[in-house]
Amino acid sequence: MKGKLLSALVVAVALLSMCARAAALDVNREVTPEGLTVLHVKRQNLPMVVVSLLVRAGAAHEPEELAGLAHLTASLLDEGTKTRTAMQISEEISYIGARLGVSAGMDYTTLNLTVLKKDINKGFEVFSDVLLNPTFPEEEIKRIKDLVKGSLRQREEDPSFLARKAFNEEIYGGHPYGRLVEGSPESIDAVGQGAMVGFHSEHFVPNNSILAVVGDITADELDGMLEKYLGDWRRKPVSPIEVPPPENPLRKVVKVDRDLTHANIILGHLGVRRDNPDYYALSVMNYILGGGGFSSRLMASVRDEMGLAYDVHSFFSPGKHSGSFRAGVQTKNASANTVIDEILRQIRLIRDEKVSQKELEDAKAFLIGSYPRKFDTMSKIAGFLVQVEFFGLGLHYIDEYPELIRSVTEDDMLRVARKYLDPENFVLVVVANQSEAEVKEPLKPEPGAQ
Amino acid sequence: MRWTLIFIWLLAASTTAFAGVSEYTLQNGLKVLVTEDHTSPLAVFQIWYRVGSRDEYSGKTGMSHLLEHMMFKGTEEYGPGGISREVMRYGGTDNAFTSKEYTAYFQILPSDRIGLSMDIESDRMRNLLLDPDETLSERNVVMEERRLRYEDDPQNALFEAVVAAAFNVHPYRWPVIGWMSDLASIQKEDLLRHYRTYYSPGNAFIVVAGDVRADKIIDKISEHFAGIELGPERRPHGSTEPTQKGERRVYLRKEAELPYVLAAYHVPAFPDEDSYPLEVLAEVLTGKSGRLYRELVYERKIALNADVGYSGMYGDPFLFFLDATASPGTDIEVVEKALYKEVEALAGEPPTERELQRAKNRLEASFVMGQDSMFNQAMQLGLHEIIGDWRLMDRYVDEIRKVTAEDISRAAAKYLTRDNRTVGILIPQKRTAE
Repeated sequence: MKGKLLSALVVAVALLSMCARAAALDVNREVTPEGLTVLHVKRQNLPMVVVSLLVRAGAAHEPEELAGLAHLTASLLDEGTKTRTAMQISEEISYIGARLGVSAGMDYTTLNLTVLKKDINKGFEVFSDVLLNPTFPEEEIKRIKDLVKGSLRQREEDPSFLARKAFNEEIYGGHPYGRLVEGSPESIDAVGQGAMVGFHSEHFVPNNSILAVVGDITADELDGMLEKYLGDWRRKPVSPIEVPPPENPLRKVVKVDRDLTHANIILGHLGVRRDNPDYYALSVMNYILGGGGFSSRLMASVRDEMGLAYDVHSFFSPGKHSGSFRAGVQTKNASANTVIDEILRQIRLIRDEKVSQKELEDAKAFLIGSYPRKFDTMSKIAGFLVQVEFFGLGLHYIDEYPELIRSVTEDDMLRVARKYLDPENFVLVVVANQSEAEVKEPLKPEPGAQ
Repeated sequence: MRWTLIFIWLLAASTTAFAGVSEYTLQNGLKVLVTEDHTSPLAVFQIWYRVGSRDEYSGKTGMSHLLEHMMFKGTEEYGPGGISREVMRYGGTDNAFTSKEYTAYFQILPSDRIGLSMDIESDRMRNLLLDPDETLSERNVVMEERRLRYEDDPQNALFEAVVAAAFNVHPYRWPVIGWMSDLASIQKEDLLRHYRTYYSPGNAFIVVAGDVRADKIIDKISEHFAGIELGPERRPHGSTEPTQKGERRVYLRKEAELPYVLAAYHVPAFPDEDSYPLEVLAEVLTGKSGRLYRELVYERKIALNADVGYSGMYGDPFLFFLDATASPGTDIEVVEKALYKEVEALAGEPPTERELQRAKNRLEASFVMGQDSMFNQAMQLGLHEIIGDWRLMDRYVDEIRKVTAEDISRAAAKYLTRDNRTVGILIPQKRTAE
């Protein structure tokens, strides 16, 4: 027999001083005299540190004719500083095995650093250099622009990208959320060095930023780092942006024709902002509809019963200034109409009939029970903390979330489904081989049906 | 208690990071590995079966992966979809993955609920229903998955074509998801045979990582699994791929935007003595400070991206990949030649001391940073156990440190040769009139 009992073999014995069974996070929050919000969590399970900086500067902060400015500014941060060339930056970071990433989104830009404890000085030094002293060299600007344009073109190969792009354009219209963060080849060309320098100097200031530091670093060590590497970062007045809400688009079907075996479908409409008090009820309702993976109604019907898709889901995407609701699915061209009808049927159903007590309880149990997984690694903790701060939820939110979900009621389900789901006025995008998919205008519900 | 414990401390890199791994084997052959991590009140449970696409045969490729899907379709105890729903009710998540070598199932749960994993896995190791209608429906789901991942993704489609051309004999040649026509022919009976052959304690092992006590977990696992019979003898793997003697080329014409090249070379897997130099070699080439990006993307601007792919986590020799997407307006032949120039340069002259040290530092740092995720800890143990022994993980950092600049040159000269490669070129086709 295989696998006989093995004799005990003690190679080395060491006693681990196990960390306390920590559930909630022990966060230290401070605002520096220059206005930088600092969130610190000490973790000593590994000799590493994660640093995450959020700057309130995203595509929503750029003028439409310079679409892509925030993204280019972010992309150029680590492509040259007053004392380092692009190659020196990547070489220094790489040599210590650290990871440095910069990315721009709609509402903000993030800089992330993961570094071994022993190299923390070098890590912070380069991190602060790219944050404070980028020079936006002309040569690198041209190079990065070409890469961005090339990658925009390459993404045209990706049907799900095409569908998302068309969907956002339709529902958000002229609102910044309707554009690509990367901009368009034309708008990218319009962005010059001066615009980037200006964008950086205007927005990348401490009183506009949130810093989370998680890992093997004490409060004193962190203070020392901040003093040494961010000590010269000075506050400046920042004017908040005004983004008018997008107009609610009418019902519209958008077809994109490609030589595909699959139809890539998105159906949805405008949603809510993150500060909407119904956000928690919506989380529960959407879990039941299409957010709960294999537990969701859409998955049970479209995948498990009909066998028509590998993945089908729905979600609310709540931004700072606006949000959307969407259901997404891929199915073979010939099944497109059937699947679209089924998604609409499920949306009507959850608006018309109460969810079962079991569905409600299961959804709440998942959202509460899975909550600790939102912060089970250092980088997840750092990312979570900057989000909590960015959306102004307050540190008490970390402990309160389970109760916010628990207090959602059965009546809330019908109420929020009726208020925030619309099976009549929606945008439907289908990227497919259109001659095979033959997408029909989805049927309106029977007269009299609510 | 009829078990003893092996307790080994894994020294990760030169740091104080270490994890204790407890190993125990039940009498029915089921091995259990436990690593404690008390940083979050969570636990990861994984069960690995030594069966993947390499255990299939022509005409029925994709069986292992389809069977993985069917494992969520339930038993008497848990109806269709019932397993995932039950896991999610406790805030957990579950899924599975199939590769050429293995099929693995996992749950991540609050650690005080980890008993649920044992209920589920001990049940579906023996009592899978395999309803014929469910099988047909799930076959369609997998065909949808195949369309999504391969048929409609030009670069993935090329990958599939290149791997198929690189192997003439070895079952690595077909994709894990299976060929479309094979999927259409798989019947319930095929899956049942596959299940009975490979799903047994003697062909499986369990990995648990997280906020648990090893001794208690092992007790519990024994209670759940000790009653299951050993199962059939593990089937030895047969075919050996003969040495490739001459370049092979494949072309794929498909609707796409930009040309793309993928070159694949036959190379050994861990723990072959050449595998660690290959791992470091790949690191010298990859990343923003690596030679491929620096030369093709940064300096010459002929590619949008250029990268390398090597994994030693195979039972038999697999492939070392080079790939690049041409910049708009650049001929793909120019990009292809530039890729070869970089590997030939390494074959001719060893990397600099700084390059070597940088590559090693990156590999070691990644190894340490990877320990921050419980799931990844379990995953690494499982992957190493699949290729022979989880203790190989312990050797990894030492082996990487031993690699010299000359080893890298030697490995490049030995494996990254013209005669040993299979090259795929994606030629974008534009649709004519809409």
